Amino acid sequence: MAATDEIAVAARARRFLAAHARLRPTEALPWLVAVAAFFVFPDRLTFGSQVLVMALFALSLDLVLGYAGILTLGHAAFFGIGAYTVGLLAARLDWTEPLTGLLAAATCAGFAGALSGVVLLRYRGLTLLVLTLSTTFILQEFGNVFDRVTGGYDGLPGLSFSPVLGVFDYDLFGRTAYLYALAVLFVCFCLARAIVVSPFGRSLVGIRENTARMHSIGAPVHGRLLVAYTVSAALAGVAGALHAHTNAFVTLSVFDFENSAGVLVMLILGGTGRLYGAFWGAVVYMVLQDSLAKFSPAFWQAGVGLLLIVTVLFARAGILGLVEAAGRRLRGGGP
Amino acid sequence: MPPLANIVVSILFDGLAYAMVLFIVSVGLSVTMGLMGFVNLAHGAFAMAGGYLTVSLTRSMGVPFLGALVIAVIAIAAVSVVFERTLYRRLYRASELDQVLLTIGLTFLAIAAFTWVYGPVPQSVRLPDYLAGQIDAGFRTFPTYRVFIIAVGLALVTVLWFAFERTLLGAKIRAAVDNRRMAQSVGIDVDRLFTLTFAVGSGLAALGGGLALQLFGMTPSFAVVYLVFFLLVVAVGGLGSLKGTLAAALVLGICDTAGKYLFAGAGGFIIYAVAIAILLARPAGLHGRD
Repeated sequence: MAATDEIAVAARARRFLAAHARLRPTEALPWLVAVAAFFVFPDRLTFGSQVLVMALFALSLDLVLGYAGILTLGHAAFFGIGAYTVGLLAARLDWTEPLTGLLAAATCAGFAGALSGVVLLRYRGLTLLVLTLSTTFILQEFGNVFDRVTGGYDGLPGLSFSPVLGVFDYDLFGRTAYLYALAVLFVCFCLARAIVVSPFGRSLVGIRENTARMHSIGAPVHGRLLVAYTVSAALAGVAGALHAHTNAFVTLSVFDFENSAGVLVMLILGGTGRLYGAFWGAVVYMVLQDSLAKFSPAFWQAGVGLLLIVTVLFARAGILGLVEAAGRRLRGGGP
Repeated sequence: MPPLANIVVSILFDGLAYAMVLFIVSVGLSVTMGLMGFVNLAHGAFAMAGGYLTVSLTRSMGVPFLGALVIAVIAIAAVSVVFERTLYRRLYRASELDQVLLTIGLTFLAIAAFTWVYGPVPQSVRLPDYLAGQIDAGFRTFPTYRVFIIAVGLALVTVLWFAFERTLLGAKIRAAVDNRRMAQSVGIDVDRLFTLTFAVGSGLAALGGGLALQLFGMTPSFAVVYLVFFLLVVAVGGLGSLKGTLAAALVLGICDTAGKYLFAGAGGFIIYAVAIAILLARPAGLHGRD
């Protein structure tokens, strides 16, 4: 009796996980769009690679905010660590190979995430917000104090990196940069997807929805959060490294509040806890920024403020949430 | 006066003036967060609005500085009630994330609006003669304006302490911060209490912004740059605690000033390091409750 029950439960758990892990046809859409953009906008590829970098950054935030429910305003810290890892390696040690640079960035940022996570993740609410913000500003001050190494607020301009895989050199039109960023984004997306559909990923959602209950069924809450935070920090570090690779410069502005807030806005726009929200949020945010900031930076800032307020009040699930709701309505399933 | 003592006096004096500005701006934020748990990141924007309003009133309309400060406090308090009734109240029971997003949105809007009107260059006002210059204390001189800030700060500490500890309204606020449900069930209208404290807190923020004009110079990035310090003060002090906010403002204000005097260039660290150290030792802040 008990044995058959256990078998039935295990089968249900497997079916539940399999249902979540199943690839849906719509998941191909972002990648098709990204590849199509390469051919449709050959003169906007530099901008395109910025979008891809920010999509990766937003994806890393989705793991902690969207899945694990950790509210942080300091994710730019890890982005900045990644960017400065490859920047300093290239400028000071002549280590210009990009792929090992990405690995080094992921390692440094992941290490920083684990180290700060051990302490920070014990906090919640305002204290966590303040601590994550402060960590980012400390890093910025740190970079400013050691300006002989980091270049201070002028940053590290004119970085040069070796060709990707030793073959594909960066070109003036940003073709290599775009495809390189797209490939890295794809690999990181697969990793993030594998994580969130795994039992581990499901337990993160459990922690987000009801931390007390996860504690009471014996889940190691702090350990799970720490792993998620570390992986997310490493991915943010990769995004930062890509940012440095594709722009060929780094400045201390990567640690700005605007960077942490911007990535948060992208994720919210796209929709949290859905992986692909990061992708669409980054696209919409960057395109809007590009077209509105032409008039004036203040115009763009007003636009993003308004967008954020409207999203929070009326479309809390973001663009993907709206699309899903529309899809349900079309199928006649009601709102 | 020996040089070392001179530096110590300077640090304490400037630190005290800075701490008073931090206290004046942060105290309202602390009480409203303690009451409703509402994470209001637009508080710095209210302070900034107060500063810019003071600039416009004194420069374009010829209102005397002190009069401009009073008008700014009343105007921003009134405006804040409009925001509270129309936007904030929708999110009282929403998640912290939603509150953070809404108030970041408001902050961005405010920054854009003030950049549009005043431009990105720092604004300041001409102080009246009785606030400019130095006061001679016998052993050395002190800038009159900072003495004025300290006096205003100490007067406010006294008034707020009295209102908090010795009036019925203060007792209601303390009760609601302690246990909102219990306070509601004995008939305290916490919603109205919140609107009131929100208005007073925003008015005080505006006063802090007006006073900060001459200390920091007002730019549109004020709403973000100094927000971090206000949040630090609130977190380190402990939510909803007057004493805690004062203690945190003093510790952080004086440490920050000391850092900037003693380690030029590296001084920016100190305020964050001290705040993090205190929060690690006391997660709920100096006077907070777990």
